[in-house]
Amino acid sequence: MSGLKTINDFLTQMTKMLTDARSIRIKGRSFLAVVLAPDLPFDDWLVRLDDLAARSAGFFLGRPVVLDVSDLPIDRAQLKELIAELAGRNVNIMGIEGGRPSILGPGMPPALKGGRPVSDEAVAKEPIIELHNSEPKPSVPEARPTLQSVVIREPVRSGQSVIFPEGDVTIIGSVASGAEIIAGGSIHIYGTLRGRAMAGSLGNASARIFCRKLEAELLAIDGIYKMADDMAPGLRGHSVQLWLEGDSIMAEKLI
Amino acid sequence: MGKVIVVTSGKGGVGKTTSTAALGAALAQRNERVVVVDFDVGLRNLDLVMGAERRVVYDLINVIQGEAKLTQALIRDKRLETLFLLPASQTRDKDNLTPEGVERVITELKRVFDWVICDSPAGIESGATLAMRHADMAVVVTNPEVSSVRDSDRIIGLLDSKTMKAERGERMEKHLLLTRYDSNRAERGDMLKVEDVLEILSIPLLGIIPESMDVLRASNIGSPVTLADARSAPAMAYFEAARRLAGEVLPITIPGEKRGIFGKIFARRAA
Repeated sequence: MSGLKTINDFLTQMTKMLTDARSIRIKGRSFLAVVLAPDLPFDDWLVRLDDLAARSAGFFLGRPVVLDVSDLPIDRAQLKELIAELAGRNVNIMGIEGGRPSILGPGMPPALKGGRPVSDEAVAKEPIIELHNSEPKPSVPEARPTLQSVVIREPVRSGQSVIFPEGDVTIIGSVASGAEIIAGGSIHIYGTLRGRAMAGSLGNASARIFCRKLEAELLAIDGIYKMADDMAPGLRGHSVQLWLEGDSIMAEKLI
Repeated sequence: MGKVIVVTSGKGGVGKTTSTAALGAALAQRNERVVVVDFDVGLRNLDLVMGAERRVVYDLINVIQGEAKLTQALIRDKRLETLFLLPASQTRDKDNLTPEGVERVITELKRVFDWVICDSPAGIESGATLAMRHADMAVVVTNPEVSSVRDSDRIIGLLDSKTMKAERGERMEKHLLLTRYDSNRAERGDMLKVEDVLEILSIPLLGIIPESMDVLRASNIGSPVTLADARSAPAMAYFEAARRLAGEVLPITIPGEKRGIFGKIFARRAA
């Protein structure tokens, strides 16, 4: 009997899930993290860190910190000890970069990879850490973020991805079935869109998708998805622009 | 220095080996020195289509491993003096194809032959990427059918990124060879039309080979179709494609579309 009840509960839950029309938003977001790259021996390095912390109290408070241990010949115990030492100084490590799988383990921050150096402008907005230089850098007036765009002058082939979280993507050519374009801003395609296009990938509801001929497999703006089957059939094969209104993707023919 | 051509497609069974043999024999009939190289280690077929399967002693892997000299492994065609085959190994593992070994063999072949035509295996694994790595130009074999077109598109992406030419920042010349084309079925919508395929792949057209029993017949007697029956429709299409490869500018004809009233009556009676 209890088994039957469980199945019934499960079915009720399934029905509830299937009838729930709200879509799930999946978004990417990037944060600027401070990267600490310790060197050996750790004792000396910690002394210098304490020196810095003494001069600017609370520097690491509430700040995402990534530990870069690339090329350091250390074992798991040493890493664990270092993390504990840092925790004692209120430096909480959110991730470890460049660590060999053998030195990472349960209870440790997750491994991170694919980090990119940040432009000087972006770094300027954040206080700069200089462990060797005792003179604090003069503060730089806040620079306005420059809007960026990328132009691709050839067709995007099946299996290729164009990922550009910094801004708009323009393709002069077609986007093949099985190819994908992911842009932080809008996507402009002067050709046929047969693959996937995801605009406003970092949370930009005003991003739009434009294409000369719509044959897309999937469209997304700001995390709201639309599959090929959900698109109005009248739009197929036409010049179309797509934008977001609330939680739904709107589309209209151009010209 | 000879030209290195890779015949590739991504998808299997679209006519890479048939096209390699037919183009090789067509170029050799222009009195140019041609070698066709089988890169399909473990699933070799080019020797069968060339009718040389009983003359294989050494193969590409033997040469790469230093167990045989290139001259020992090359098989001269019995019908054409200037046509040679470098067979693949049927028994060895494809991991024996090393990038350095392939480079050495291709460089040596380029010195002796006008054309080095590499028959790529299907797929996008190491065999296929090694076959295309040193090519000067690519012949992308495609059937008028969606899965073949998408796979070709994938391969074109690899040709533009994984080859020596691409890594040197040069542009790889790519040509589309549309095989097994049947204009009647394309007209009825059972097959993609030439312009649909060209629109999707956007690379220049080298030729359109009509669907024909002559191709299968030629393969079965171990002869490239351009040698077995030079007057057949597919052979003539391959001859034209070979002339375009050699740099001639010829108008492309879509096979079957200029058929007169005679052909129409015949087709109706056959049906």
